Amino acid sequence: MPKAILYDSTLCIGCRACEGACAERWGLPYNDKIANEERISAHKLTTIEVHGDKFVRRLCMNCLQPACVSVCPVGALEKTALGPVTYDSEKCMGCRYCMQACPFQVPSYEWSSRLPRMRKCDMCYDRQSHGKPTACAEACPVGATKNGDRDALVAEARQRIAERPDQYYHRVYGLSEAGGTSVLYLSAVPFEQIGFRTNVPEEPLPMLTWRVLELLPDVVSTGSVLLGGIWWITNRRAEVAKNDGRRR
Amino acid sequence: MTLRMPKITVWRAIFAAIMLSGLYATYLRIFYGLGGSTNLSDRFPWGIWIGFDILCGVGLAAGGFTLVAIVHIFAVERYKPILRPAILTAFLGYTLVVVGLLFDLGRPERLWHPLVMWNPHSVMFEVAWCVTLYSTVLFLEFLPVVFEKFGWHRPMEWIHRISVPLMIVGVLLSTLHQSSLGTLFLIVPEKLYPLWYSPLLPLLFYISAIGVGLAMTIFESWHSSRAFGRALELPLLASMARVLAVLMSVYLWIRVLDMTHRQVWGLLARNRIETWLFALEIALMVIPTILLYRAPIRLNPHSLYFCSVMIVLGFVANRLNVGITGLEAGSGTHYIPKWSEVAVTLAICAAGFAVFRIVGQYFPIFETHSPEGPEQIGAAGNLPASSLAVDVPATMP
Repeated sequence: MPKAILYDSTLCIGCRACEGACAERWGLPYNDKIANEERISAHKLTTIEVHGDKFVRRLCMNCLQPACVSVCPVGALEKTALGPVTYDSEKCMGCRYCMQACPFQVPSYEWSSRLPRMRKCDMCYDRQSHGKPTACAEACPVGATKNGDRDALVAEARQRIAERPDQYYHRVYGLSEAGGTSVLYLSAVPFEQIGFRTNVPEEPLPMLTWRVLELLPDVVSTGSVLLGGIWWITNRRAEVAKNDGRRR
Repeated sequence: MTLRMPKITVWRAIFAAIMLSGLYATYLRIFYGLGGSTNLSDRFPWGIWIGFDILCGVGLAAGGFTLVAIVHIFAVERYKPILRPAILTAFLGYTLVVVGLLFDLGRPERLWHPLVMWNPHSVMFEVAWCVTLYSTVLFLEFLPVVFEKFGWHRPMEWIHRISVPLMIVGVLLSTLHQSSLGTLFLIVPEKLYPLWYSPLLPLLFYISAIGVGLAMTIFESWHSSRAFGRALELPLLASMARVLAVLMSVYLWIRVLDMTHRQVWGLLARNRIETWLFALEIALMVIPTILLYRAPIRLNPHSLYFCSVMIVLGFVANRLNVGITGLEAGSGTHYIPKWSEVAVTLAICAAGFAVFRIVGQYFPIFETHSPEGPEQIGAAGNLPASSLAVDVPATMP
C-alpha cells in the first residue's frame, strides 16, 4: 500500500515544527534565520510559506509517476513501492535534468559545494519503511500534516470537504496533478492564490518523452534499411556507370 | 634554433584575452563550484553552458553527418571537396561539446556514469549514449586524414572496409540525438513558452540541425578560403544553398502548421519579451531563406556568406529560446549568465577556431585543386584517387 501525506492548509497554524523536525531528520542546521526562509533549498527541504493569513507547506510531492525519475540519465532517482521517491547521490553526475523536469520546482542543488548533490524530501523513506510516520507528521501539533496510506488519505480529504463544504475549496490538489502525487493538499481558497501551479498537466509527464523515446527501435531499424538501401542503389548506379565507361 | 616572438595581431590579442579570461573562469568553476561561477539557481538549473555549448554546439556540428549522407549514401560525389572540412568541424564540435559538458556537470568526473548506470526512459541517457558513440564514429571517420598524412596504408584499408556501416551508423546516431535534444524539452510543458513548446520539437530540432549543418559548411568554407588562401568552391556552395533554401522552407512551413494546429498565433499580439525574441528568431531564418532563392545572391560569395551567417544566428536564437529564454517566465525567474559563463563559452569557441586552423594547416583537409595532388596519394597508397575522409570500398578502382 503506497504511503502519502495529507496537508490541510486550513488546520496549519504556521508553527514550523515540521521544518525543525525535517532539519533534524536530515542533520541540517536549523535556526531563526533559516526558519525565515520561505523557499525550499538544499539546506531546507520543507518550508512554510505565508500567503496573507494562510499558511502553506512546501515539500517534494513524491509524484506517483515522477518526471525526475524518468529523466535521470543514471537512474539515481527511484520511485519506491512504498511511495517515496529516493535519491542515490553516489550515482548522480549533476546534470540537473531532474530540476528542469520537475513541474513543482522541488529539487534543489548544493550550488556552492565542490562535490554537489541534489537535495529533496524523500518522505522519510527510512522511517516509513520501518513503520514509523514521517518526521513532519509526527511533529505537527495540530494534525495539519498527516501521514498514512494514500487511498485512506484521499478518502479522508474528500470526507473533510463533504463535511465542511463552506470551509474548503472543493478540490484536492495532488489527486491528478502530473498524474497524481503522494502529497495531497486541502485549502480554503483556490490553489493559485496560495502559490500553486495550476497549469500542471493531469497526464503523467514521463509519457511526454516516452512516446518519442519508444520509437527509437523503429527509427533505427527503418533507418538502417533505408540508408543501406539507398547506398546500395546509388552505388549500383556508380558501378554501372563505371562499366559503361570501360566498354566505351 | 632561435625562438621568435609570434607577431602580435589584433586577432591574436583578442584570442589571448578570451583564453585568459576563460582560464580564470575555469579556476572559479573548479574552486568555487557552479555557485561561484554561474548565475544558475534552483529555479533555473540550466544556463548557457547547456543552452549554447550543448544545444547549439551539437547542432552546429551537424554538417558532418549531413555531408557524409549526401556524398556517400546519396552518392552526390561532387560535394566531396567539402566533406573533410565538415567532418573536422563535426569532430571538433563534439569534442568541445564534451568540454562544455565537463564545465556544466556538477560532478564532471562522473561523465561516464550513464554508460554503466542505465535508465532507458531518460532522454538524457539516450543523448549520452548517442553522443559517445557518434564521437567515436567521427573519430574513425577522421582517422583516414591522419593515416594519409603519415602514409599509413594498412590501417587505411581497415577503415575503408568498415566505412559503409560506419557512415550509416553515424547518420542514424545523429538523427537520434539531434532530435532528442528537442525531446529533452517535451517534459516541461508548463514551463516552456507556448511559442516554442510543441510535440514536434524532436522533428523541428532534427530538420533545423540539417539546415544549420549546411549553413555552417558554407560559413566554414568561406572562412577557410580566406584563412588558407584557397579558392572558394562557389558553384558547389551555391548549389548547396539551393538545398538549404528548400530545407529551411520546409522547416518554416512545418512551424507555421504546428503553430496553427496548436492555435498559438494569438500570442504574437502580446507585447512580451518572448514575442520579440520569437520575431527575431523567425526573421533570422525567413530573410536568408527568401534571399537564397535568388541566383545572384547564391553566386555572390559575400551575400552567400551573409545568408549562411543569418541562418546560423537564427538557429542559435531558436536553441537559446527553447533552452533558456522561453523557460524564464515559466520558471518564475530571470537568468542572465555570469561573466564567467560567457568567458568559458567564448574560450571554447575560440579554441575550436584555433584547433581547426592548426589541423587545416598541417593535415590534408582541403583537396588540392591541382591535378597531381590526389594522384600522388593514389599512387603512393594504391588507394582511390579521391582523398576522402571516408571512402566507399566499391568506388575503389
